[in-house]
Amino acid sequence: MASETNEGLRLQGMNKRFGKVHAVRDVSLEVPSGQFFTLLGPSGCGKTTLLRIIAGLEMPDEGRVLLGGREITNLPATRRQINTVFQSYALFPHLSVFENVAFGLRSRKFPQPEIEQRVNKRLEMLGLQAMARRRPDQLSGGQKQRVALARALVNEPDVLLLDEPMSALDARLRAQVQVELRRLQQKLGRTFILVTHDQDEAMVVSDRIAVMRDGAVVQSGTPEEVYDDPRTRFVAEFLGAANLIRGKAAGDGLQADIGFLHLEKTPPWDEGIVAIRPEWIRLHESQPAKNGIRGRVREVIFRGTDYDLWLDPGPLRVRSHTYKHFKPGDEIWLELAPQELVILDED
Amino acid sequence: MKTKLLVWYGELTTTRSLVRRGLYFMSPGMLWLMVFLVLPGLVLIVVSFASRGAYGELLWEFNLENYRRLAGFGLFGWTADYLMIVWRSVWVALVTTALSVALSYPLCFFIAHRPERTRYLWLTMVIIPFWTNMVIRTYAWFLILAPALPFARLAALLGIVSPGSPLYPSVFAVYLGMVSMFLPFVALPLYASIERLDWELVEAAQDLYASRVRVFMQAILPQTLPGLSVGVILTFVPAMGMFVVPDLLGGAKYMLVGNLIQQQFGASRDWAFGAAISMGLMVLTLFSLYLYRRRSRGENFL
Repeated sequence: MASETNEGLRLQGMNKRFGKVHAVRDVSLEVPSGQFFTLLGPSGCGKTTLLRIIAGLEMPDEGRVLLGGREITNLPATRRQINTVFQSYALFPHLSVFENVAFGLRSRKFPQPEIEQRVNKRLEMLGLQAMARRRPDQLSGGQKQRVALARALVNEPDVLLLDEPMSALDARLRAQVQVELRRLQQKLGRTFILVTHDQDEAMVVSDRIAVMRDGAVVQSGTPEEVYDDPRTRFVAEFLGAANLIRGKAAGDGLQADIGFLHLEKTPPWDEGIVAIRPEWIRLHESQPAKNGIRGRVREVIFRGTDYDLWLDPGPLRVRSHTYKHFKPGDEIWLELAPQELVILDED
Repeated sequence: MKTKLLVWYGELTTTRSLVRRGLYFMSPGMLWLMVFLVLPGLVLIVVSFASRGAYGELLWEFNLENYRRLAGFGLFGWTADYLMIVWRSVWVALVTTALSVALSYPLCFFIAHRPERTRYLWLTMVIIPFWTNMVIRTYAWFLILAPALPFARLAALLGIVSPGSPLYPSVFAVYLGMVSMFLPFVALPLYASIERLDWELVEAAQDLYASRVRVFMQAILPQTLPGLSVGVILTFVPAMGMFVVPDLLGGAKYMLVGNLIQQQFGASRDWAFGAAISMGLMVLTLFSLYLYRRRSRGENFL
């Protein structure tokens, strides 16, 4: 089969407009086979449209979709070796869990013994054997999600698409399912493409993340690359928290309102922004050698595992793991080490 | 007695006052049903066991003669005439319902996909024929099917009817009239279901390699079943007893059970036999509904 080659899925020059809305702009992506790829972005950024184009549920205005080196742009959804887990799961309400999972195999007229064998294997893998006779309305949200997953995976798709599959789950279950999903993907070695607006989810599950905004991919890379080295203000703020410090380039550093900060590299602009994550700022009793800022605690927010301190000047946000209890009004030295300051390309 | 307070949809009240209020609200409707439906029904049952006098008057001599006659045992031995009429009525009702359903689906999808501005205009056009009396609407078909008009001419050209003759009375005209009469009864409830259709299920079926037939049977039909059921019942039940349309468009030769009943209470002056046929029709209708309900509760639609 052509899809067995390592070429995976490729999108070339993808464009899609809905009336005046340019939902997908010039997107070109490459998803190697066997990767867990995530399209991350706020609602309305075009990530779901892109997913639907891959599934064959939407026709792009321009661009090509290639799977395993073969063009599938004009292939209908029914003929793509791609299956989808829909956001609301879209389980057939009149069919049992077993029949829901068997749906794709029955469509393709598999013999009954093989259907039973394959469906039971998937149900077992996802811990759903006991639910086989139930109807979707007798299942919890987490169970429905697993049925949707089983229903897609039983067809052994080349690519599995997941459209915000965890948005209907509560926070605790979501965290658990994220890890399970990651393990499942690694075990199966299939290509998973996830659409989400949840940056934590994206980082937990993904091999690679493409951050989208206004229909375009603004940055892509491994979770570490995207988190540690955001190129734009949007990416810095969308993935995790970030302190954004605006200033003018001066000598080997940045002249900002809060003081002079040494940088590792010379910024490519005269005036711009450097970013630093709250947990990258270190707290000291005495003034550090470089990039020390005297801060005064304005607000303390307890987060369970750590504290968030909001400090003047700035306000700068610092995530502290120390046992020391801070109170508003306390003064402290902050170290914004040069290697931790990320020079953004643009505003 | 200690009255127990309870909260009824936000209102603080007692069981007794709830029951009393329920009676106030329900009694006018119940009274109406008793006087105009249940009592006449009971009278009809009694009459169906009575006999016809020599001059068409009712004789209070009770026996099963009317039902024996309906089953075909007459003066000259057994005949299937009445059973044939009943069967034909069921058949006409079934075909009318099936045609109305088959026409309603595309119609409803069409209307549901109009922009909101024009959607209600289309719906109004479905309802407009109801503003006219049924008999007048049926007579309108006489004009449309008249010999000089294109439909009859086309049929004559194709050799279906002889030139210069109208398209009525005929089976075709009966179905035409029946379907045009009952289409809105299917289309409107079906539209309510189709408008709320969850298209994600259709997409899911496509995503899972379903053929067009399978998409319809598994993703569309189950979702539209509530509206479809209402439409089918609203069509099938009155179509079984319809007599105006088959009488006018089918001619006297196309006898349905509705015409038969009308004839007994009219020209034949045999109220007892008419009542017996009515009871037979009612039993048949209830039985059909029972079968239908059992069937639509089934799990698989394939």
